[in-house]
Amino acid sequence: MNEVMRKGISENIDIITSRWIEQMKDNFSERFLDLMPASVVDTTSREFTELMTSNLSDREKVDKERLDEFTEKIIHFGWSIKFINRAIDTFSSVVYELFFEQGILSDANLRQGVGIFSRWINPLRESIIEEYSTKWERTDSLQKIALQELSASLIPVFDKISVMPLVGTIDTERAKLIMENLLEGVVKQRAEVVLLDITGVPVVDTMVAHHIIQAADAVRLVGAKCMLVGIRPEIAQTIVTLGINLTDFSTTSTLRRGMQKALEMTGRTIVEEEE
Amino acid sequence: MNHRSSIEINTEWDIVAARQLGRNEAKSTGFGTVDQARITTAISELARNIYLYAGKGKIEIEPVRVGTRAGLIITASDEGPGIADLQKVMEDGFTTSGGLGAGMPGVKRLMDDFRVETEVGVGTTITATKWLH
Repeated sequence: MNEVMRKGISENIDIITSRWIEQMKDNFSERFLDLMPASVVDTTSREFTELMTSNLSDREKVDKERLDEFTEKIIHFGWSIKFINRAIDTFSSVVYELFFEQGILSDANLRQGVGIFSRWINPLRESIIEEYSTKWERTDSLQKIALQELSASLIPVFDKISVMPLVGTIDTERAKLIMENLLEGVVKQRAEVVLLDITGVPVVDTMVAHHIIQAADAVRLVGAKCMLVGIRPEIAQTIVTLGINLTDFSTTSTLRRGMQKALEMTGRTIVEEEE
Repeated sequence: MNHRSSIEINTEWDIVAARQLGRNEAKSTGFGTVDQARITTAISELARNIYLYAGKGKIEIEPVRVGTRAGLIITASDEGPGIADLQKVMEDGFTTSGGLGAGMPGVKRLMDDFRVETEVGVGTTITATKWLH
């Protein structure tokens, strides 16, 4: 029975592929072509059907390497889990219908056939979905790491002056990281003035402000001064409306101004060289 | 015009999603950068309150037009513990989470209309509107 089914599929792979494409197009209309570029519809569909049948001979195992390769392609196309699931469903119904047409399946052996069918399709579905979610989890954690690498390094610009440019959203986790890097850096770099640049922070709400105030307090405790720079006009207005008190802070609109001020605070100025 | 978008708040990152949506809606309604920042910040505060105190809830953003006035309605709703002493919560500097305590009164000042419906043990719904001047 297994062998008959396998043969039935490999002989009709073209019919299966084209019917699958048809039905997927019906199901998803134009979105199908968005999800799958026209130039690769044929090869990808064929690959999909081949992959789907690859484990029919020894049904316990799915070809791991091919699965990996295929999943990667699917993720690259941006297929959703829903789409993949639908693809598998469509595929099995196409094959099911074809088997009936060709007499491979009939009322007599339906029970046996359905058994083989589900033992064949279900592990495939599970393994594709598992593979897919593992890939997603990995992408997710890689992005988190990438974000962490981006965030919050304290840069020694001049003797006694360091700058920390903050870019992007500040959540609880990042706020902790900022605080750690800030304190560690201040001590290590022997900074006397630290400029926190928030030009790249899109929203300053009470939580962000709270974290900044805490960071500044901590910096004061290790003997340095914290200055908040890069406050855009709209952020300034929002901070005032929110009623956040930053009067203990030295603040400036741009990093350049802040730098001048920091030099003054450490007893230095920038002078232009005379000819 | 009257489409209402909604974002479920379950994690800290949903706050970012909510205010991103708010910023886009504010932009397409025609708000300038200052009001965009106000609306985005207000959404941030409301979403964070949901996340901190109720655990989960949702933020809805709806553009409105009354006569010649256009605006944006933000609705934050949750089925959390509710607010026991609303008067205290609206005072500057009152906090139960160690924050600044500027969130709720801040949102009221950031927006034009502000309404709180809350019942202890049932949940809270906050509606805040910003009008385009």
